[in-house]
Amino acid sequence: MVRLIAKSPSEGILPFEVNGLTLVELDVGPITSVAPFDGQAVAASDRLRALAGMELPKPNRSSGREGARAVWSGAGQAMVLGVAVDAAMRQHAALTDQSDAWAVFRLEGQGVEDVLARLTPLDLNPGVFKRGHVARSLLGHMSALFLRVSGEAFEIMVFRSMARTAVHEIEVAMKAVAARKALA
Amino acid sequence: MRIEGKGRIDAAEQIRFSFDGQRYTGFKGDTLASALLANGVRLMGRSFKYHRPRGVLTAGAEEPNALMEVGRGAAKVPNVRATVQEVYAGLEAHSQNRMGPLAYDLLSVNDLFPNFLSAGFYYKTFMWPRAFWERLYEPVIRRAAGLGALSGRHNPDHYEKAFAHCDILVIGSGPTGLMAALTAALGGADVILAEETNEFGGRLLSEDEEIDGQPGADWVGGILAALRETGRVRLMSRTTVTGAYDQGTYGALERVGLHVNGPAELPKECFWRIHARQAVLAAGALERPLAFPMNDRPGIMMASAVRSYLHRYGVVAGRKVTLFATNDDAHRTAVDLMACGIDVAGVVDSRPDAKALGDYPLYAGGEVIGTKGRKALSEITIRHNGAEQKIATDCLGMSGGWNPTLHMTCHMNGRPVWNEEITGFVPAPDAVPGLTPAGACQGTYSTAGCLAEGVEAAKRALTALGGKLPEMEIPQASDAVGGSKPLWLVKGKGRAWLDFANDVTSKDIKLAAQEAFTSVEHMKRYTTQGMAPDQGKNSNIGALAILADATGRAIPETGTTTYRPPYVPVSIAAIGAGAQGQGFAPERFTTSHDASVDRGAPMVPAGLWYRPSYFPRPGETTWRQACDREVTMTRNAVGVCDVSTLGKIDIQGPDAAAFLDFVYTNMFSTLKVGKVRYGLMLREDGHVMDDGTTARLGESHYVMTTTTAAAGEVMKHLDFVQQCHRPDLNVRFISVTEQWAQFSVVGPKSRELLNGLLDAPIDNESFPYMGCGDVSVMGVQGRLFRISFSGEHAYEIAVPARYGDALYRQLVTQAETLGGGAYGMEALNVMRIEKGFITHSEIDGRVTCFDIGMDRMVSAKKMCVGKPAAQREGLKGKHRQQLIGLKPVGAVKELTAGAHLFETDAAPTRVNDLGYVTSVAFSPTLGHFIGLGFLQDGPNRVGDVVKLVDHLRGVETRVEICSPVFIDPEGERLRG
Repeated sequence: MVRLIAKSPSEGILPFEVNGLTLVELDVGPITSVAPFDGQAVAASDRLRALAGMELPKPNRSSGREGARAVWSGAGQAMVLGVAVDAAMRQHAALTDQSDAWAVFRLEGQGVEDVLARLTPLDLNPGVFKRGHVARSLLGHMSALFLRVSGEAFEIMVFRSMARTAVHEIEVAMKAVAARKALA
Repeated sequence: MRIEGKGRIDAAEQIRFSFDGQRYTGFKGDTLASALLANGVRLMGRSFKYHRPRGVLTAGAEEPNALMEVGRGAAKVPNVRATVQEVYAGLEAHSQNRMGPLAYDLLSVNDLFPNFLSAGFYYKTFMWPRAFWERLYEPVIRRAAGLGALSGRHNPDHYEKAFAHCDILVIGSGPTGLMAALTAALGGADVILAEETNEFGGRLLSEDEEIDGQPGADWVGGILAALRETGRVRLMSRTTVTGAYDQGTYGALERVGLHVNGPAELPKECFWRIHARQAVLAAGALERPLAFPMNDRPGIMMASAVRSYLHRYGVVAGRKVTLFATNDDAHRTAVDLMACGIDVAGVVDSRPDAKALGDYPLYAGGEVIGTKGRKALSEITIRHNGAEQKIATDCLGMSGGWNPTLHMTCHMNGRPVWNEEITGFVPAPDAVPGLTPAGACQGTYSTAGCLAEGVEAAKRALTALGGKLPEMEIPQASDAVGGSKPLWLVKGKGRAWLDFANDVTSKDIKLAAQEAFTSVEHMKRYTTQGMAPDQGKNSNIGALAILADATGRAIPETGTTTYRPPYVPVSIAAIGAGAQGQGFAPERFTTSHDASVDRGAPMVPAGLWYRPSYFPRPGETTWRQACDREVTMTRNAVGVCDVSTLGKIDIQGPDAAAFLDFVYTNMFSTLKVGKVRYGLMLREDGHVMDDGTTARLGESHYVMTTTTAAAGEVMKHLDFVQQCHRPDLNVRFISVTEQWAQFSVVGPKSRELLNGLLDAPIDNESFPYMGCGDVSVMGVQGRLFRISFSGEHAYEIAVPARYGDALYRQLVTQAETLGGGAYGMEALNVMRIEKGFITHSEIDGRVTCFDIGMDRMVSAKKMCVGKPAAQREGLKGKHRQQLIGLKPVGAVKELTAGAHLFETDAAPTRVNDLGYVTSVAFSPTLGHFIGLGFLQDGPNRVGDVVKLVDHLRGVETRVEICSPVFIDPEGERLRG
């Protein structure tokens, strides 16, 4: 029988490199939004720890590590990336499959903050926005989620439907930063 | 003329550029103005109104005269200040606001009639006949008076916007700014130092002055090295801070690629939004011009500019220089020029007790009362000791003292304060929260004072941040303050210009006062003083001093006009960077986008989304042909359409049902699991907000759909309702619009099509009308909803978005084998109008449930948002315009949406308006046009004939009122 072929949000337009900076699409596996019900935040967090060894993150923070991560994504809400959240958690939190809703990028390289400074009003100075820090903000005109995963790398999540615009805008910023560097 | 060995230009790097088609050579580091002066070009433009020949007045951003068009073709930029633009290889500049060559501007005829062109002339003269203003007077006047022209095409150059963050922003890099930045950085703060020009150092680069025994420029180099060493200072040259905004946000314009012939990716400019916890304003001061008769000829410039051209660019603007001053500073110009062997023909100082600083003729207590030279200065006339005397000169430097550059402190409504000691305005204390002015912009004119104040201001900022205060040593420097005595106007024959950029003279100011425009704000608008690109930087204080004199008031009593951002002209290209063309908004693409484009569908915007309008087939020449075919095809066989753009909201929790009962007018707690119900929600004011279907997937799990346009609005509404009205309800919701690719499969063969793809076939029992549930489609877990927006037997099938492209292609291919195919927005719209289903064309925010005939959907058994407000008087009754259907009477070609409805015998005027048409379509099913609209007491007028009038499109016709449901009113097809 014919099977349906899966396509990633940025199929065919990533990855690319500009002057040592790279933009790649990540397949982070399942993405589940977890929103604990009234009075269930601790129980939900305990359940997640038992399942994947990480707690539900505090506002603007993430927990876990690459491959199994939870990122804060709004008031009373987190996204669990990379691990399937089990049904036993359902009694504590609203679980919603978001695996196909997001395009996830990794922007990496020296001066990555300079590129992002053209796209988001967030203060991403390393002393302010440290590894593991998370923020919901704007990427251009798009709602996005930013996560610093290392000194020179960020993961950026945008709505799947906006992947092309996001990639285009990041590329324009990468090229502009590269052109400036060439000038100096 | 270039002085060898002087200036900071790179004499090793020659640069060729052109001005008005003439080729010239400059050096790296030159501005357009300095390079032209070095080439002996003094005539650089024509004045705004009188088209008088003008040369460069200043050496900085405040330049009012030397405005040029730079670049060519679509990328041409007008009103570029030659004093700011640096030369680069291939630079093309043109003079502007002229008719014919610059030297023989035909419009200079205006200068022969200055009495006719004084302030207020246009208002008084061109009043009658009234119609002439728009058609004749204004175009002619605009042609004659003005600035440079835009190309009229899209500028292809790249511009950008960016954000920056710091603890302390230091604005200006003269002695004050450098000391402030160093203190702040040593105190542990992250600092941004913004400098307007290409080099840090401010006036220290324009003067022959020592600090700590070193030449000023060398000292600057040492401080810059120290700043870099701290690793805490971001040095931003070519960056002008343009405005102070709320909560420590500052706008700044950086000239990134305007000084090079760079690659296309290199932005020309960057508009920064800098967020600073504290800021130090070290913007310095601008020299005050003197108002004396005929003070505007090319060759007359600011004395400080003469020094800037000499020390920064190694250029002198003349061979026989004179000076007219009210202070000691200007005398330094004479000393510096003589040191280079330039002939100084005299210094005229209005102060009787002035002392010469060198061996040059000094006319203490003298005044310049006239000048000569049509295209460039050749002679001045002075009055000294009661006698008049002529002096031959080709360059006159003038100085009336200094005005603190305090503009930024007024951006949040602060009013400057008069300081009698310096006879100038200084910033009001704490005019901008977190911004500390220091140095010359605060009225401190000595270099020593500036150095000390820079340190103090930074310490104040550090204290506010709770940081440590470093031990700072204040460098040794001159404590001379210039000793300026004010001289506002030199009396004599001829016009004395105040605002060079807008051609405003002292007479204009007096005329304004005489005609009762005595408030400084009225004077400004009457004379246009201060309204040119330089925003009165050179003329404001002089003008208001003359206004004060003319109205018998003191200067502080007269006050200043309001300094607003931006401090310098900012190109729209920079402010709107990234927003040209498609950059205006993000584009949202459905998973079926490529497949639709492959089939030749024109994509039309629906909010941020793009959806296929129709799918043309060979032989079809108009959209209507495709649309009619798609409707017929769908109603007779099967059609497929991507409906993923509709908002989808996942709602879970023990109180999910109660929450929906509160949000929707109708009941959802009674909905059975596995069923879908149409719902209507109201705003708090009782008007219809949105509609859609909501499916119950589990006991405490629903998925709501919204219209495409209102998806964000509804999400916001739900958040508001939960947080503010019903925090007691234990419910969570999140958008899943992006998670699911959802396609409607419509028509009598829809089930047949689906059963070809579903892993387990469905029938009318397992999936009855308004049923829903999980399905497996070609091995993928999906959801199926039996709902219809067309009146046909129809389904919506949803799969995770990654499979959207594949499923859509499968559905369309299968549909085609069944005699169907893809349909677009046009066909979708026709089918919903045929069925009488509403969209936001109908529920446009002004209609109630009653108006759309859904009053009974407001459940009497419960409370919901908007219910009480919907009961208000006036929102129900015969006077309301209510939803009706419209069909043509007789052979009518077209109905138009937006038309209004009138009684057939009534005049089609506002007072007789009975309603309006919201949606129209040609119905291929019925063979004629149909429409939906709202008519006063409409449902009771079915069968009546009214008049449809579209004043915009010139359509007038008769229509019959009918039920809004045109096909299958019993709904038999839906259940088939």
